[in-house]
Amino acid sequence: MSRLGAACLALVMWTPLAAHAQEDAPARDIETGGKLKLTRGISTIEGQGGGGLTPWALITGNETDRGVGGAAHVTAVELPDYTFLSYGVALGLFDRVELSYTRQEFDTRDVGAALGLGRGFTFGQDVWGAKMRVIGDAIYDQDTWLPQVAIGANWKKNDQGAVVSAVGGTDDQGWETYATATKILLDSSLLLNGTLRWTNANQTGLLGYGGNLNDDHELMGEFSAGWLLSPDLVVGAEYRMKPDNLAIANEDDWVDIYAAWAINHQVTLTGAYVDLGSIATFDNQRGVYLSLQAGF
Amino acid sequence: MRTSLACAVATILFAAPAFAQPASHVPPGEEAVDPYAVSDANAGAAPVGGQELFAAFHGHEGISRIVDDLVEQVQKDPRLTEIFKASDFVRLRRTLKEQFCYILNGGCSYTGRDMKSVHADHGVITAEFNALVELLQAAMAREGVAFSAQNRLLAKLAPMKRETVTR
Repeated sequence: MSRLGAACLALVMWTPLAAHAQEDAPARDIETGGKLKLTRGISTIEGQGGGGLTPWALITGNETDRGVGGAAHVTAVELPDYTFLSYGVALGLFDRVELSYTRQEFDTRDVGAALGLGRGFTFGQDVWGAKMRVIGDAIYDQDTWLPQVAIGANWKKNDQGAVVSAVGGTDDQGWETYATATKILLDSSLLLNGTLRWTNANQTGLLGYGGNLNDDHELMGEFSAGWLLSPDLVVGAEYRMKPDNLAIANEDDWVDIYAAWAINHQVTLTGAYVDLGSIATFDNQRGVYLSLQAGF
Repeated sequence: MRTSLACAVATILFAAPAFAQPASHVPPGEEAVDPYAVSDANAGAAPVGGQELFAAFHGHEGISRIVDDLVEQVQKDPRLTEIFKASDFVRLRRTLKEQFCYILNGGCSYTGRDMKSVHADHGVITAEFNALVELLQAAMAREGVAFSAQNRLLAKLAPMKRETVTR
């Protein structure tokens, strides 16, 4: 896990920078900080501000409509047969636009040997994302049902084109677009989110894009709910539908239960229990998700 | 000083019975304000139903403690120094208590001005609105108000951002 170590080190180095940026805020024309805790969301495994597996309409970073913010994250998911790692950075502009880059690495451990790829064979991919808030305010619009709505797109590039082809994947790179709506019902201390994603990614793209069963983009629903327990703590669950494009292996929807704790305005720690179903013929991939996010 | 002089002049000008508004008398310890039409609608939100939330805030005494605590923290918070520099804290405490009591269905009348005119010249930004929310959350927590009950009041106050945040 030396990559995880390096990513954690980067995150630790980022934190004082982030804190420093906030202290300097009053003297600058472009402001930083000002969001309420947890309202920037955490970082998804694909780098957007959101939940852990699915994006929210909230824009990352602590900035308000007058400034810029950002977040860096490291996420590790330990499964029975695989280890998944995601780390990246994201920028929030004027609480309106979010730009993100995330690196994903999927270590096949012993499965790699079983599949003839070699023990510890690792799929990797880069995810570039952009998201824009188009209407509504999830937090302040408490007198209307209108949610905060954002639209976004991701472009993803997988490192292992040859293996992707071998398992029946059509492309080693792909794009997806999504619309996401977030509503915080303060009256009942609830956060609700729904996302529609137009995608043909196999296991988020780690097994490529499109396949011998289906090449086309399809609409996938993703849902999450959170119960606000304190200004610093939210617990909830997520559900993410996924395509099933490869003949070689069945792909399941994902589900998790999570708790996210804003240690302070800069750092949020999230733990979850995830059920990622069957991945590359290895069933019951249930395990622990841990994510550390630092932002300003 | 210039402001209080202007207010004094305004008070004298409008003190004639023909112009008198229901709230034109100045409570002890408060500075005079320009006359305005007094209405519960100025509170900016309709009261909640039932007595349960008022009880969760420990009634008039609880609201009073929360507002006193909040105003004390506001005066100490460097993020809010500019915004509250010219504030009449005696009046702020009274009108905030009225506003919270009215919204929590505690049977009070709100006699303050509407949110838009109160904040018109303050140039409040989102970060300052949020800073005040944080201080209020802390004050409610110190009073022992359950987080879910805190959020029911915040749900009433949150839309006021549209009228209070002006830049």
